[in-house]
This record gives sequence, structure tokens and C-alpha cells, in this order.
Amino acid sequence: MANDDFFEVGGRKFSSRLLVGTGKYKDFEETAKAIEASGAEIVTVAVRRVNLSDPSQPMLVDYVSPKKYTYLPNTAGCFTADDAVRTLRLAREAGGWDLVKLEVLGDQKTLYPNMPETLAAAEALIKDGFKVMVYCSDDPIQAKKLEDMGCVAIMPLGSLIGSGLGIMNPINIRLIKESVSVPVLVDAGVGTASDAAEAMELGCDGVLMNTAIAAAKDPIRMALAMKLAVEAGRLAYLSGRMPKKMYADPSSPLAGLI
Amino acid sequence: MKVMINGEEKTFAESMSVEALLTDLGIDPRKVAVERNLEIVPKSTYADVAVGDGDRLEVVHFIGGGC
Repeated sequence: MANDDFFEVGGRKFSSRLLVGTGKYKDFEETAKAIEASGAEIVTVAVRRVNLSDPSQPMLVDYVSPKKYTYLPNTAGCFTADDAVRTLRLAREAGGWDLVKLEVLGDQKTLYPNMPETLAAAEALIKDGFKVMVYCSDDPIQAKKLEDMGCVAIMPLGSLIGSGLGIMNPINIRLIKESVSVPVLVDAGVGTASDAAEAMELGCDGVLMNTAIAAAKDPIRMALAMKLAVEAGRLAYLSGRMPKKMYADPSSPLAGLI
Repeated sequence: MKVMINGEEKTFAESMSVEALLTDLGIDPRKVAVERNLEIVPKSTYADVAVGDGDRLEVVHFIGGGC
């Protein structure tokens, strides 16, 4: 990727536009190798209770160094604004980061964003000094509202978390990208490399994924595939694709035919 | 004193600081965050904040997680 193309969020610059989750891997070693192969600079992490019966078991921070990667604490598993705000306050104390990923979920079956709770949590967090990257529905009006509140990145779902169905509504993703000026990242739903490329070709600033890499048969190779797909999609977007046409247009000149 | 930690009731002989309690539980204080009665305990105050009878603590850390 050209050096002059970077991704900026919350006042920090990153060269990789692929953000990856750290869940669902076989073990911490596989997690570390897959993240390395993905080239990601930002990794999402969850905040959970320490296991009191075995506090000495290995921790993520021992394998994925917070000095090398930007930890992005997220609120996966929170279903109310209060729980999400509490979780991120603890995360800030655990690591000292103010850049966070907010998600408030609607129900277990769909993990679809609960937008009223998401808006309430975003407001409280921004007031408390957080820089909020927000998981949201692919609704351009809600996305604009979140930007107006002060969220630093808008992260609509491509499709349901962990579904691998790809981008169900590319038109809405494009509308969101056109309507807000903060970065837009497709979050959730990516299944394979072409989905990641599609997100980037739509003009998105980045893609966040977890299961597409972790649940692949060879997660480390898939991590590299995703890295290349995000770069390819970005380059294609910057290049400006040719217009689609109804009929053929020969690539070789017709003049001089025998 | 009895303290509720991560939803489990634990009994200790005497009142102690957050730092002493974490050490007693075998937890590295640098790798966790603590909430006491719904208020964040800043890391810099672990040695000074006392845990008392009936307190409710949450001790959390970062684990692998996605979107």
C-alpha cells in the first residue's frame, strides 16, 4: 500500500485498514500468529471477570502485546447502555485507553445492535472523555446521528455477527459512507476475502472481522488473504473502477483487421 | 470480613487494601481493573483503598474477543 494512504481514527494514524478480533481461536499461539499474518495494528479485546479459581492461567496480554498492537476494548456481550459504559470504564482503567469500540446488542439470536441503547451509551461515554467507535445498524440516519454526537468512527454491520454472509446491503453502506465524514468501517458479517474487498471497494475506511479468520480451516493463511483483500479493495476504490456497460466493448482496435 | 468478588462470596481474616487482597488471591494487580461498589478503583490507589465487610468487587481483565 502506498505510504501516503493511511487510516486515521481518534487522532491516531494507522497504515493497516484491517482490524481484527482476538476471540474464537484454538489457543493464544494461533491468535498471535493469525494477527501477525493479518498485518492488523488494531485488535479488539473483550473485558471479562478474572477466573478466581485459577488466576495464574495465561492471559491474552502475554501473547498479543499491548505495546505492539493498539488494544481496542469492546463491549461485546452487553445488552444495556449501563453495562456497556461500566465495561468500558473498567477497560480504560485496565489499560489506560480512551479509544474504545461500543456495541450494545439487541438479542442473543441476532446480536443485532440495539440502537436506542447504543445512542444512550455513546452519549454517556463521549461526555466521560472516551473516543467512541460505534457498532451500529446499516441505517444512514442513525449513522449520521452518531457522528453528530461525536463518535469517532461509524461501524455498520455487513451482516449478523459471526454469520459470514458478507455485505447484505451494499447500497446502505455506501449511503453511510457518503453521509458521514468520520471513518466508516464494516464491522461483522465478513465471510471470505471477496467480502472484505467489497467493503473497501464501496469506499469504506476499514473492515473489522474476527470469525472469518478464526473459523477458517487455516486461520493464519486466511488472515493473509484478508490483508491482501483489504489492500486490493482499497487500491481498486482509489483507482476508480470502469463504468458498467450493457454491451461488449472490444479491447483490441477494430482498425487494421484483415 | 465477607466480600463479594466477581459474584462469589469470599471470607478474609481482616480488612485490607485492594492491592493486598489481589495479591492474596494470586492476581497480578498490573493486569486487572477493579470496581468497588460500582465505582472504579484507580490503579494508582490500590495500596490505599481499603476493602471492607460487605463490599462488592469486580476484578476484570482483557480476554480474546471480537465484534
